[in-house]
Amino acid sequence: MKKLLVLIALVLFASAGVAKADTLKLMTWKGYAPKVLVEKFQKETGISVEVTYSNNEEMIAKLRATRGAGFDLAQPSQDRISSVQAEYGLYQPIDYAKVDGKLFIPSMLEAVKKNTLVNGASYAVPFCWGTSGLIVNSEKAPGVDSYKALLDKKFTGRASYRLKRPTIIAMGFALGYDPFALYADTAKYQAMLDDIEKTLVAAKPVVKNYWANGDALLESMRSGEVFVAMAWDNGGWKLHGENAAIDFKAPKEGALGWIDTFAIPAKAKNVDAAYKWINFMLRPENAGYFTSEENVPTASADANPHIAEAVRANFERSFPPATIDNIKWYPPVPAELEALEGKMLDKVKAAK
Amino acid sequence: MSASGMKQSRLAFWLFLAPVLGWLLLLIVLPHLDMLYMSLRSGSFSHPGWTLTNYQAFFEEPIYWLTFARTAGYAVITTAITLVLGLPVAFYIAKVVRPGLSGALMVLLLLPFWVSELVRVYGWMILLRESGVINFFLLRLGIIDTPIEMLYNDATMIMGLVYTSMLFMVVPLVSVMESLDDSLVEAAYDLGASRLCIWRTIIIPHSKPGITSGCIVVFMLSLGNYLTPNLMGGKNSLWFTEQIYNQFIASFNWNQGSAFGFLLLALSSVIVWAGLKLTRQKLGEVAS
Amino acid sequence: MEAMTNDLSLRSLTKRFGDFVAVDDISLDVPTGSFFSILGPSGCGKTTLLRMVAGFEEPTSGTISIRGRDMANVLPNERPVNLVFQHLALFPMMTVAENIAFGLRRRGVRKDESRTRAEAMLERVGLPGYGDKRIAQLSGGQRQRVAIARCLVLEPSVLLLDEPLGALDLKLREQMKVELKKLQAKVGTTFIYITHDQSEALVMSDRVAVMNRGRFEQVGTPQELYGQPATPFVARFVGDNNAWAGTVESAADGEVVLRTDEGFVFRARGMEGCGAGSRVNLYLRPEAMRLDPKDTSNLNMFRVTLKAILFDGANSRLLTVTEQGHELLVRLPQNRTFDNLEPGREFAVGWNPSSGICFVEDGADCRGLDGEDA
Ligand SMILES: Nc1ncnc2c1ncn2[C@@H]1O[C@H](COP(=O)(O)OP(=O)(O)OP(=O)(O)O)[C@@H](O)[C@H]1O
Ligand SMILES: [Mg+2]
Repeated sequence: MKKLLVLIALVLFASAGVAKADTLKLMTWKGYAPKVLVEKFQKETGISVEVTYSNNEEMIAKLRATRGAGFDLAQPSQDRISSVQAEYGLYQPIDYAKVDGKLFIPSMLEAVKKNTLVNGASYAVPFCWGTSGLIVNSEKAPGVDSYKALLDKKFTGRASYRLKRPTIIAMGFALGYDPFALYADTAKYQAMLDDIEKTLVAAKPVVKNYWANGDALLESMRSGEVFVAMAWDNGGWKLHGENAAIDFKAPKEGALGWIDTFAIPAKAKNVDAAYKWINFMLRPENAGYFTSEENVPTASADANPHIAEAVRANFERSFPPATIDNIKWYPPVPAELEALEGKMLDKVKAAK
Repeated sequence: MSASGMKQSRLAFWLFLAPVLGWLLLLIVLPHLDMLYMSLRSGSFSHPGWTLTNYQAFFEEPIYWLTFARTAGYAVITTAITLVLGLPVAFYIAKVVRPGLSGALMVLLLLPFWVSELVRVYGWMILLRESGVINFFLLRLGIIDTPIEMLYNDATMIMGLVYTSMLFMVVPLVSVMESLDDSLVEAAYDLGASRLCIWRTIIIPHSKPGITSGCIVVFMLSLGNYLTPNLMGGKNSLWFTEQIYNQFIASFNWNQGSAFGFLLLALSSVIVWAGLKLTRQKLGEVAS
Repeated sequence: MEAMTNDLSLRSLTKRFGDFVAVDDISLDVPTGSFFSILGPSGCGKTTLLRMVAGFEEPTSGTISIRGRDMANVLPNERPVNLVFQHLALFPMMTVAENIAFGLRRRGVRKDESRTRAEAMLERVGLPGYGDKRIAQLSGGQRQRVAIARCLVLEPSVLLLDEPLGALDLKLREQMKVELKKLQAKVGTTFIYITHDQSEALVMSDRVAVMNRGRFEQVGTPQELYGQPATPFVARFVGDNNAWAGTVESAADGEVVLRTDEGFVFRARGMEGCGAGSRVNLYLRPEAMRLDPKDTSNLNMFRVTLKAILFDGANSRLLTVTEQGHELLVRLPQNRTFDNLEPGREFAVGWNPSSGICFVEDGADCRGLDGEDA
């Protein structure tokens, strides 16, 4: 039955693919394929890029539905690759001979290779990185430097965060656990989740809403409805440009570091184009342009001269060296944990 | 008609029916069979096989069935409110207003559906949020002195659902009310009935098929809605569809998600059936 | 005091729809317990008049009073009148008994009590034991009676009926005419009955108003309307009439001598304004003409040729034609003298001058036997 469905889907995708021979079907995050670069890429190579916006969960779900077909290139976070690769085989190994290794920050390339290693092959190369932490309106909430601010009665109705796994990890650290260390021990991890659940339910009055859409959150911060939120650094920097009182803050428990990658779906049609796009996007001037536009640090080694001054300033302001060392990088997450986490988050949402 | 002619017309019948059947099979039956299959498979990777645990989980884990009960309860409330608001609106369109104007009013009702649900919901959010348009005017007029958060609570969510559902209630009501003979209303009035009594004894009984079909559609739509409860609902407003989504997308537990999907289908059918029983109606009598 | 004897009084009642005058300055008194009909061609304003009495239309001017009580600002559900609708308007979602009990229940009569009264009413209209039937299970005539019973059970001062027989087939209509009349006599309620069928009005009514273009042309007993029409419209609309156009030669004492346009010279009754030299229409009933009369003294005489026999039992007529081609209806006498007539046969026709009535020409085509639209 499923095979039949897949077959039909394949036929549909294949016929669509034939119609436009040289296209790259890219599934990525909003902002990761700036229009200027897409046009430049097409001029250089003649390949047009068809972009579908998504997030980690949906990327996995979509590729799982088609067993890795329908897209030529995806951009999941590095910690979300190995377990789904082991379960469902969504991706194909990266042929590192086809990527230009000199373009990457070496340590980051190595880390991603290591974290996406499944059965002796690695499945991704890094594209960019960033952190989640706090966005704080220092006029209304001065002196905030901990995730615990999200639970603070002082900010009743003025805090906002997502009901997604970064919040769990952040709360784990805030409550004194080391969630990453507990990955291996499901029982202990569950105990931590129970504790976090209690804490989040008790702190419900503090939350204005559990945000689901980044733009909507930024709007709430901009209008002064929300004082403290857990969100990505680039959002905070964006707001800082508009209102100096609002800024991204790496909390003392540590900002949560993620690396978004390039991974090639198992049934990609246009693998060549995928590699071309990877090498193109990591070229210093292109990576610099991307970072300047989106406020997202790049994995490209020599992009610094191409990054706008203000963007570099953001980074230096929010990440003094000690803070950088304190960034908690997500290790690959075991699949069973995500089910436990999902249930716990449901309970938090449903609780009165 | 000759035998060959008969055969020919039957052939034509099948020829015309084939695409419809094919369409149904491909887009409705097959995916559901696939879902059914998945819902009966174990979600754990270590022991794949047939199992009922996915269904069991729904009944054993209070969070799941409570969420469903909550969702169904709110869908019923939404349906009731939509009906109460829809009846006079439909009557006005079908009976009171000139025929030319009634078309225009229908278009007006349809207008919100020219934009996507997402845009509609965001429209409401712009109006209702703390720094939104309504608060701005209330502050300006001095009616309040601190802005009120009108979003993120259950009342707002129900209002959003009612707004989204209104058309689906009004259309069947209008069509059934158009068939109501004006003289029945006048006769009741002549025989001494008050306005309320005319509604109770004449208009509502006459509109029953439209009411039923409108209620079924609105109930199902509200139950299956995802965006509105998610965006406008409060901090406690977990909707059952969101839970299905979470099973599929966040927890990667497609088997559990499929079971929930089937339970949603089955339980909502049971509720509709119970509703029909309670009002002593048959599905076959329900108008479009 | 008139209020004691009249159930319904209208004074200068007028209804305009924009520029159009549907009911034009009508005054009327209907005595208690009478069967009163309003007869008029389609579109003359009958329904509008009735709807004003029932309260569904607001009069533009004028007053309505029922049993002496002014009806201005009284809502339809509070008026002591009930209306039997043109298409009956029975409630299909209720049983027969529920239909009849509807009004009683609205007045707060208890359920079992109103049920008993509904059953009793059904018996009176000849439908005992029909209470539990659905409306769809009834025949046209039965529905008719249920619609009337539904109103009568409320014992209204006045029962208004808007062409209630219109939807029935001819046979049933004939039968219901008689039944309605009997029913009215039995219950004694004042009936105001609207129709465009003159035979219904003549058969059932105590008094009839002939209505045309929003006005009453004449109000009187059926005999008066038939025998002494006050206007040419009434002469044409009530019963069959033959008509001639002609010019008055001389006039004296209400009698005129006229010359028809075909050249016949007749004596006839002249109405107001039929002076010598005026253009007039002469109306003559089919039964006023005698075929081959033995005694021709004092009769107007002329000759016709038989064109066709319009057989209708006791009401059979002959279609004849004069030498000049003017068609005339003549009643077939019921003595078997004329049993074996053949078209083409010639007759001498004679009529008494007092049977023919002359009206001053009113512009309408006098040969059109039925009324014209407003
Ligand atoms: N609501 C209205 N608006 C405008 N004109 C109207 C309205 N109701 C009736 N009329 C006009 O008034 C005139 C009289 O209508 P009415 O219904 O009283 O006629 P009627 O005598 O009952 O005719 P019928 O025998 O065909 O039922 C008609 O010319 C009709 O077009
Ligand atoms: Mg009428």
